[in-house]
Amino acid sequence: MLRYTLKRALSLGLSLVVASLVIFFVIEVVPGDPASFMLGLNAQPDTIAALRSELGLDASKLERYLAWVGGMVQGDFGTSYTYRTPVTEMIGDRIWVSLPLALYALTLSTLIAFPAGIYAASRRGKPGDMAVMGATQLGVAVPNFWFAMMLVLIFAINLRWFSAGGFVGWEKGIPAAIKSLTLPAIALALPQSAILARVMRSALLDVLGEDFMRTARAKGLTRRQALMRHGLRNALIPVLTIIGMQFSFLLAGAIIIEQVFFLPGLGRLIFQSISARDLIVVESVVMLLVFLVILVTFLVDLAYAAVDPRLRSRT
Amino acid sequence: MSLLSVQNLSLSIGPLSILKDVTFSIAPGEIVAVTGESGSGKSMTALAVMQLLPDSARTSGHIMLGDEELTAQSEKALCAMRGNCVGMVFQEPMTALNPLHPIGQQVAETIRMHAVMPKAEAEAQAAAMLTRVGLPQDRFPLSRYPHELSGGQRQRVVIAMAIARRPRLLIADEPTTALDVTTQAKILDLLKDLVEEFDMGLLMITHDLAVVADMADRIVVMRKGEVVEQGDTKHLLAHMQHPYTKALFAASQHQVDLPNAEDGHAAILSVQNAVRDYALPRTKLFAPRTFHRAVKGISFDIHQGERVGLVGESGCGKSTLTRAILGLEPLQDGSITAFGTPVAPDMPAQARIKTQVVFQDPYSSFNPRHKVGRILTEPFHLVDTPPTGAALTQIIGEVLTDVGLQPSEAQKYIHEFSGGQRQRIAIARALITKPELIIFDEAVSALDVSIRAQILDLIAELSRRHNLAYLFISHDLSVVRSVTDRLLVMQNGEIVEQGETQTVFTTPQHPYTQTLINAAPVLPDLTALRDKTETAHAPA
Repeated sequence: MLRYTLKRALSLGLSLVVASLVIFFVIEVVPGDPASFMLGLNAQPDTIAALRSELGLDASKLERYLAWVGGMVQGDFGTSYTYRTPVTEMIGDRIWVSLPLALYALTLSTLIAFPAGIYAASRRGKPGDMAVMGATQLGVAVPNFWFAMMLVLIFAINLRWFSAGGFVGWEKGIPAAIKSLTLPAIALALPQSAILARVMRSALLDVLGEDFMRTARAKGLTRRQALMRHGLRNALIPVLTIIGMQFSFLLAGAIIIEQVFFLPGLGRLIFQSISARDLIVVESVVMLLVFLVILVTFLVDLAYAAVDPRLRSRT
Repeated sequence: MSLLSVQNLSLSIGPLSILKDVTFSIAPGEIVAVTGESGSGKSMTALAVMQLLPDSARTSGHIMLGDEELTAQSEKALCAMRGNCVGMVFQEPMTALNPLHPIGQQVAETIRMHAVMPKAEAEAQAAAMLTRVGLPQDRFPLSRYPHELSGGQRQRVVIAMAIARRPRLLIADEPTTALDVTTQAKILDLLKDLVEEFDMGLLMITHDLAVVADMADRIVVMRKGEVVEQGDTKHLLAHMQHPYTKALFAASQHQVDLPNAEDGHAAILSVQNAVRDYALPRTKLFAPRTFHRAVKGISFDIHQGERVGLVGESGCGKSTLTRAILGLEPLQDGSITAFGTPVAPDMPAQARIKTQVVFQDPYSSFNPRHKVGRILTEPFHLVDTPPTGAALTQIIGEVLTDVGLQPSEAQKYIHEFSGGQRQRIAIARALITKPELIIFDEAVSALDVSIRAQILDLIAELSRRHNLAYLFISHDLSVVRSVTDRLLVMQNGEIVEQGETQTVFTTPQHPYTQTLINAAPVLPDLTALRDKTETAHAPA
């Protein structure tokens, strides 16, 4: 198990190095010079040159890459070209919206998907299964911003249980902050839980056909006991894979939901920085997201090994 | 009073009638074997006794365990019965255990399902039961996972699970079919001992008549859901009444009429000191790679028209050797020459024409979306100018006729054929390039005995008609004995004995060959049996 963990950790480190190289050089070749963009169309060449040297853009590519990576390791992501504020600060404000929102949505989606998937699998072909599958079909098909608008209409405008948008901030207390994230989290979670429930159902149905499930029944387990004790854990591998992918998506893929609910999240930050050619912010946010995604993959790998002893013994 | 009594059991799934009026009984301490070919309903009979039938199954008739009517029990009562009063062992030990739970937990689960006791006590009982079935705690602690055990060891765990509560009845559905002969012999001995020790009834489902004759006190012969004949083993064998029973035994003992081999022909395949290594996964990050030597310097020749058998247990390197002979994998040392050309993965396509192969599983070795005609002509991609049009149709017709099918069947899809017919098509595919050497890789192992006898006859007939040489690879000694002239015995990547087939069988030299031959169950000599039962019944 230790060897497996070390191997996964090594692969995590290598992935990060490769990712940082790719991000840096891809963004370097994107046309558009931040200095000329900031100064507008009528800027004099020497003013642009002066700004370039001030921003450190005239150094060699290697020097700039090393400075960028070195800074990030120490928690310094550089200074935004547009806002002239430290990128660390900009990210810091927003990650405390995006990360809790992603975790909140993922928790909701798992809490909905597991029972729904298990219920549908245990009633395969019966009306209960068809109802759940019909609902998930709808959940996959309907875009999340439509859910978002419906939630605002019902719970914010008609019932007035929640506010229609904005984030109150964590300094107003955890319950208030969570409350202001609830509608966006539900809007994000519904389509994700529909996908996850379908994966859970089909993984369980595969496992239900396995010989060891028949063995379990021959030992005297009821259908339900066999499903919960022997079926569920065997079905977890594909489900964990999807959960890992969904978390990555939820972190940065919430741009539209952030717009609908006026949330100051990472998605909006990336969108604004790209429009403004604020390369240093784009680079840093993308790198941070890549780091989080790779970290999640690493955790999912560890979860696989926790579930399946065959992975632990294979080195 | 009988332990289990099945009376007039009928079962249907939808419009399909699976069992018709099945009646038999088992007394405590008695071994009853239900035998028959695939589709005879023997496994369904076992599942009906467990009441683990598919939801859509409809049954009528009675299944009495002691004085309890199982068909009338509630699901709750049945759960209390399963594993406690009736245990069950399944065919496939590789998949019958949950891969994520340690073996101790799986055995203890049976115990704790039916008795309230502390975890430690259940584990102690599980340990005792595992030791009883031959998995002592010092070598097989409770914490072992199924993937760390061999097939035979896993089957022992399954047996321990089934008998952990000392049930009155044990049902074993083809318990040794997936195992090697030497392992099979040990597992059968274990089952026999357990029946005696626990005074259990054993309902054994098997297609293997040699196993039946050896194990059972009584035999129930089934065919298409009906019991055609049943009775005391010795008496039934000596005085078979039903034509199906007679046909089944005749097919099991079937001797192929093999044409005499002609001596003095040139070697067409020559294997010289063949070595095949597989890289093992690295145990340490920077340690040098280690290798597993699957084939350890094997040498033999096959001459024109010669029929050679290759036997050995799983993992001995048979399949690895086959792949090397077919030129699918490279050798690490030594050489293989076929028809004067060196064999290797990069050999020219034309060099492959004269060697063809027939695989084991007739269900998965064809593309289901192609018609038979297209499947048959696939080997023609090895030929520079493949036949077309009327010439092609004629060749397809010829090979189909050769294997006993109709030329018109080239237009059908593979799902329209039975297992035996599919294996005929596989042989036709091998024949179409007019090869001189065919490799039969367990080619009859998946077939019922009656079909197997027909395919073996076909192989003998083809070898006569086309002067074919073949390498017949099998784990089944009785099959190899009748269709080969010469025999190679393989163990751990080496050929430990080779010689004329009859000589090897009658006077095996190597201890391993002796073990193999002794472990293989054999059908009793029916005439001797008949004489014996007649003297026993004769008035004094």
